[in-house]
Amino acid sequence: MVAIPSRHRSLALLAGVLLAQILMLAVQIKRDSRGRLIRVWAVSTVTPFERAGAWGVGNVRGVWHHYFALRNTSRENEALRTENDALKLAMSQLQSKAAEADRLGALLQFKASNEKVAMVGARVIGASAGTASRTIEIDRGERDGIHRNQAVITPDGAVGKVIEVYRDSAQVLLLTDKDSGIGAMLVGSRIQGPVGGTGEPMLTMKYVATEETVNVGEKIVTSGMDKIFPRDVPVGTVLEVKAGNPFKQIRLTPAAKLDRLEEVFVLLTQEPLEFQKEAEAQSAPVPGTPAQGVPAETPATAPPAAVKP
Amino acid sequence: MNDTFELRHGDTHIEVHKFFPGAIAGVTLLALTLQAAFPVYVRRLDFLDLPLLITIYFGLSRRNPSTGLLLGTTIGLLQDSLSGPTVPLGLYGIAKTVVGYLASSIGARLDTEHPLARFALTAGFFVLHQAVMVLTRRLLLAQPEPWFNMHLVMAAGVNAVLGVPLFLLLDRLRRSS
Repeated sequence: MVAIPSRHRSLALLAGVLLAQILMLAVQIKRDSRGRLIRVWAVSTVTPFERAGAWGVGNVRGVWHHYFALRNTSRENEALRTENDALKLAMSQLQSKAAEADRLGALLQFKASNEKVAMVGARVIGASAGTASRTIEIDRGERDGIHRNQAVITPDGAVGKVIEVYRDSAQVLLLTDKDSGIGAMLVGSRIQGPVGGTGEPMLTMKYVATEETVNVGEKIVTSGMDKIFPRDVPVGTVLEVKAGNPFKQIRLTPAAKLDRLEEVFVLLTQEPLEFQKEAEAQSAPVPGTPAQGVPAETPATAPPAAVKP
Repeated sequence: MNDTFELRHGDTHIEVHKFFPGAIAGVTLLALTLQAAFPVYVRRLDFLDLPLLITIYFGLSRRNPSTGLLLGTTIGLLQDSLSGPTVPLGLYGIAKTVVGYLASSIGARLDTEHPLARFALTAGFFVLHQAVMVLTRRLLLAQPEPWFNMHLVMAAGVNAVLGVPLFLLLDRLRRSS
């Protein structure tokens, strides 16, 4: 034991007695909701050390984990990369399946709403090998009742017509092919004119007189005059109208998504179909869009729609 | 131990007083009893702190810091005990321990027999006692307590005035050398 000098004994005694009384006070006193003072003191005394200890342990652990315990990290990293790639692939497949399910759902709904119309659903299995033509190949053929010059559609609108039929497959000429043609008319004014392709994604409507009024955004549907498509199948939307002599130059965007076809319907008859009435609702001229040409006082003089074979 | 003897401090010889057996205990008991009775019978005398005066007196007389602080501790804790549950044990104890220690220490170095010295020391120790109490209340008990007011000054004066004759009376309890 450390001997306390006699002249300091009373001081040591004083300190001891005071400390004992302070501790006694602390044991008795309760501070509001913080518990007894002795507990508050004990916690306040220990907490900084605990915090420092936790900080030190955390740092040591961090250094260990981030610098020394990395022996297997490279292997784990490689395994995780492989797993990640597999998961990405699986996710992509699932997204594709989901999109397919959506498409098939839309097709089913379309077919259900037109159950009286004879049609055959087909999957697109190929496309034209070059840029000279715009065709697709479907997995339905002669055995399924497919014949030449039958209309091909999707729930969005006209796609094209069957040009070659084989036993179990068929070739479809898309509307965007430059040799394609379809009898069509403007929904609002009922002005008729053939719609064909140019080999580009856009379609053109021909033989609309310069004096006719055609508005950008106007809908165009089949007229039924080509004896291939029934009436009122959506064809496209007017994108651009230019004055010409003697006919306007009208470009339109196809209603069907011709650049990403996966499932289509081949119509076996020309009975009218039930499409969404969206086209008709929007057939009124769009306010503010510049009208091309002068309003005609006489009926349209365009020749009847002609479909190229 | 019961005899009076002299404490040699430098060139000064200071007399250390002894008291009759049981004198300190009896006086302490009497002071505490009176102190407990004041609030009941004479409410105006509640500013008197007889246990403090006893602590100061015996501290100055005994002139032994260890004895002084232990006596102060004992008197203070007894006063705490008699003050009811609202006063925690140690509040008066701490203050009187400090006073007892300082009184003994000063008594060992100075001649405190003169009435004026006793008056001044009593007033000073009273203020110190209150300061330690306020400090304890503020720091340990988180109780807001004013550091200074006129009541404190008056109480210090009255206790000091009362202390002078009281100390003379208590001197009679000393054993003659």
